[in-house]
Amino acid sequence: MSATTMGRPVVSSIRLAWSFTGWRRLVTPLVLVLAWQALAMTGPISVRTLASPLQVLVTAWGLTVSGELPWHLAVSLGRVAAGLAIGVSLGTGLALVAGLSRLGETVVDAPVQMLRTLPFLALVPLFILWFGIGETPKIALVALGTAFPIYLNVFAGVRGVEPRLVEMGRVFGLDRRGLIGHVVLPAALPQALVGLRMSLGTAWLSLVVAEQINANAGIGFLINDARDFLRTDVILVGLLLYALLGLLADTLVRGLERRMLAWRPQLVRN
Amino acid sequence: MDGSISPILLDGPGGARIRNLTRRFQGPAVLDRLDLDIQPGQFVALLGASGSGKTTLLRTLAGLDPVPDDAVVALPQPVAVAFQQPLLLPWKTVHSNVALGLTGADANARAAEALAEVGLTHRLHAWPATLSGGEAQRVALARALVRAPGLLLLDEPFAALDALTRLRMHALVLDLWRRHRPATLLVTHDVDEAVALADRILVLEHGRIVLDVANHAPRPRDRGAVEFLTLRTRLLERLGVYSHEGVFA
Repeated sequence: MSATTMGRPVVSSIRLAWSFTGWRRLVTPLVLVLAWQALAMTGPISVRTLASPLQVLVTAWGLTVSGELPWHLAVSLGRVAAGLAIGVSLGTGLALVAGLSRLGETVVDAPVQMLRTLPFLALVPLFILWFGIGETPKIALVALGTAFPIYLNVFAGVRGVEPRLVEMGRVFGLDRRGLIGHVVLPAALPQALVGLRMSLGTAWLSLVVAEQINANAGIGFLINDARDFLRTDVILVGLLLYALLGLLADTLVRGLERRMLAWRPQLVRN
Repeated sequence: MDGSISPILLDGPGGARIRNLTRRFQGPAVLDRLDLDIQPGQFVALLGASGSGKTTLLRTLAGLDPVPDDAVVALPQPVAVAFQQPLLLPWKTVHSNVALGLTGADANARAAEALAEVGLTHRLHAWPATLSGGEAQRVALARALVRAPGLLLLDEPFAALDALTRLRMHALVLDLWRRHRPATLLVTHDVDEAVALADRILVLEHGRIVLDVANHAPRPRDRGAVEFLTLRTRLLERLGVYSHEGVFA
């Protein structure tokens, strides 16, 4: 702190250096991408194996301008949104039934826990038999995959409520509805949002698998189609898109957490 | 014993009346045919070692434990509690915590008024996580008082606070009690606290009240005064922590 009186420039240059530490983390990835580009340009990596970064960018631009990429993106997003909406509502609903009543737990929890041990992606053949090869099995797969993480977390959240807070609520005259609304559900919210985040992760995973099922649109279709024509650049554009969508979803939930959990000690700024 | 057999849990005629309250979990009774009257507006302190049944009595009065069929528990309603921990809902602002469960159009105004009484007007919209221990306990007091309780139960509400804050809280509680005059039962293991605050001090041992002394010294009480120290010694002796050689515990 003695530096503040005599050495303002010193202090601020130190601050400046600190603020660059974030950027420093980008150096290695950047070097790798440059090396990749160099290897692609000089020959060691053929375009059949892996398109160059520059090529990927050019292709992405071309696909965007032609409207192809936005169309496939919209189809994929639609599938995820529909599957997620169904899966998350179903998971949350079942978790509340199981979490809030003993009877509900007996009826719901056991079968859900059993189903959970099944790798849900293994159900694809069955889903094709049941739902055909249209949109239904794709959305159903996303819905199934997303229902479990949200179920487990909402259930754990509801059951993890501090019992003394419930007692306090009873002492101050809250009835069952009041207890659920004022105490149990808000207490379960942080865990529920963790579940939502995990569900979003699973949603993309399910989408990748679902779009291998005879799709004629969507990012998965784009990738499969590109494989048949040895277009590694298009495949890379698709992969990049999956990654970006996952990142975007995560950012969305983080934003949601910041808004809805403003009361949490680690988020409270005081 | 009073002779009443039916379980009652309704408005007492002014004060609190407890007859023949026995609670047994496993082994010896935690509360053993306990009789207790608290006059309206009386400030009673209940002392007792751990395991003496203090907590069980308090939980029963708070309505958290069932009243056995052969006991009478008639309490002036509503009953409000300030617990050892503040037990505020972290996702509600200070104001909403105080207003919890209140009904009526003036609920918000009453909550704000109660918070003003404990000196927290400036923290109305703060999150509980940002409060100090003393502030949080003051919110808990406001939450209890805003209901205009007929019986106020204080369950060692100052035990977790530092010594200075505890003294300030004593003054605040006395001030609030004088203004609102609920019958008050303060459960504590702190003999000084009991002698400084209460009109009447009870010692609970093995589920029975073994000592019931009045304490009419004018407030504020000088903790160095002879009568203060005499009463203190007597209570400590009864609690078995005082011998002629000095304090053991």
